[in-house]
Amino acid sequence: MEFFLISMLNSISYGLLLFMLSSGLTIIFSMMGVLNFAHASFYMLGAYFAYQISGWIGFWPALAIAPLLVGAVGMAVERYGLRTVHKFGHVAELLFTFGLAYLIDEAVHLIWGRSSVPYAVPPSLDGAAFTLFSTEYPIYRVFMMAVSISMLIGIYLTLTRSRIGLVIQAALTHPQTVETLGHNVPRVFMLVFGGGSALAGLAGVIGGNAFITEPGMAAAVGPIVFVVVVVGGMGSLVGAFLASLLIGVIQTFSVALDYSFVNLFAKLGITIGPNTPLAALWDLTISQTAPVLPYLLMVLMLIFRPKGILGTREG
Amino acid sequence: MLQVEDLHAYYGKSHILHGVHLQVGRGEIVSLLGRNGVGRSTTIKAIMGQVDAEGSVRFKNEQMLGLKAYQIAHKGLGYVPESRDIFPTLTVEQNLILGMKGAKPDKSARWNLEDMYRLFPRLQERARVEAGMISGGEQQMLTLCRTLMGDPDLIMIDEPTEGLAPKIVELVADLFNEIKNRGVSILLVEQKLAIALNISQRLYVMGHGRIVFEGTPQELRQNSTIRKEWLEV
Repeated sequence: MEFFLISMLNSISYGLLLFMLSSGLTIIFSMMGVLNFAHASFYMLGAYFAYQISGWIGFWPALAIAPLLVGAVGMAVERYGLRTVHKFGHVAELLFTFGLAYLIDEAVHLIWGRSSVPYAVPPSLDGAAFTLFSTEYPIYRVFMMAVSISMLIGIYLTLTRSRIGLVIQAALTHPQTVETLGHNVPRVFMLVFGGGSALAGLAGVIGGNAFITEPGMAAAVGPIVFVVVVVGGMGSLVGAFLASLLIGVIQTFSVALDYSFVNLFAKLGITIGPNTPLAALWDLTISQTAPVLPYLLMVLMLIFRPKGILGTREG
Repeated sequence: MLQVEDLHAYYGKSHILHGVHLQVGRGEIVSLLGRNGVGRSTTIKAIMGQVDAEGSVRFKNEQMLGLKAYQIAHKGLGYVPESRDIFPTLTVEQNLILGMKGAKPDKSARWNLEDMYRLFPRLQERARVEAGMISGGEQQMLTLCRTLMGDPDLIMIDEPTEGLAPKIVELVADLFNEIKNRGVSILLVEQKLAIALNISQRLYVMGHGRIVFEGTPQELRQNSTIRKEWLEV
């Protein structure tokens, strides 16, 4: 029970973090048709910016300034990069974001070095929030959840209650029609790209010190975010939300579970010895396969339900 | 009010319009006729800045070619697309609100929400319904009303009566006259010859990306050669 509750809380906080990343990616994709390969790099930038800024003026200002800076970088990338590349088609855009990811990677290497930086949880958020059975649950995890949930509500209100939100929703399906009604769609694209980048940056600010801030962090989280978007359904925010939580649960629980087929067969009365065919496979525990599970889920999803949980378009 | 001269347009490498010229005066209803695929829709898309085009499109003595679609809309050109591009996930009322160019209703605008609901009570009944859920005819009304909410001085309408029940077609024809009476010009792409002859002051017939006839409904009625060659199937 204790294991279950703690893992569940960890799953949710990790899942919410994934959603912060994937929500931007999925909105950008469905609106502009750009699958942004550099999205996880904005996550990394958020973490490094926060590390740098909190070194100067503390964590709390960094929490606000770092995502805004990342958002500004995102807007500049859209305005002066993607918009120019756009007329050469989606392949060019894809290659552009691919190159951008490398560029950001190298910039991070140059500025902050090749090893991890000591971006730590601020003292005011260090410690236990409450004790569940015998486990102390860290304040910072609770803080992460709070930030993610406020973000979630913020996105929801912006999209459904504000005028720009209506324009964004309309442009998700019919960007050209929205433009003929007199809305400055190129500017909306820029804002959405900036907003999505800022969200990724914010995820980096709160994820960077919860996990680790290092040049490999973009490459580590990038593929998972793509899994979330594919499983949730391209362009579906609600789908991305469900998929984020699902992947959060899968990743958190699977790491801790030591069951294998051997245990299962034993329950069924079949004994597996070292001489059984494929013995090594049956002996694998769930925790050993943990890193593969999200991708397995994605492959299964693409085979059986290519449009994802709630996606509207095929494949 | 609108002068189009020597308009050429391209989809990729294919040359669709070969020097189209046409004019629409203030408060005039002008129809653009022709068989499918002769470039009628492309003409109004090119005017609206949605297709790569060369030539001249002057509106209120300003050049429109080269402007972005949203800038053209702000100059007072309205466009009602053929494909009934309603925003399916938004409600009927939100669709109408997005027709307005500013955040707040413009008091001096010719049309407001109440006008639309008075003209089409059905839209009021369905105001809170997702626009993707209403019928095709209602969606057609909605696209038209949505563009009117932006208070255009000239409205270009692509195939407004396609697939509509005869009763609604009458309603649409009435609406066109009301639009005209409020001083708004209409450039209509229409398939149904009878309607076009009825409500237009002038007509153009297109063939192979060019204007092949220009005149009044009276003149087109008398010109059976043009009708046979370019309109009748």
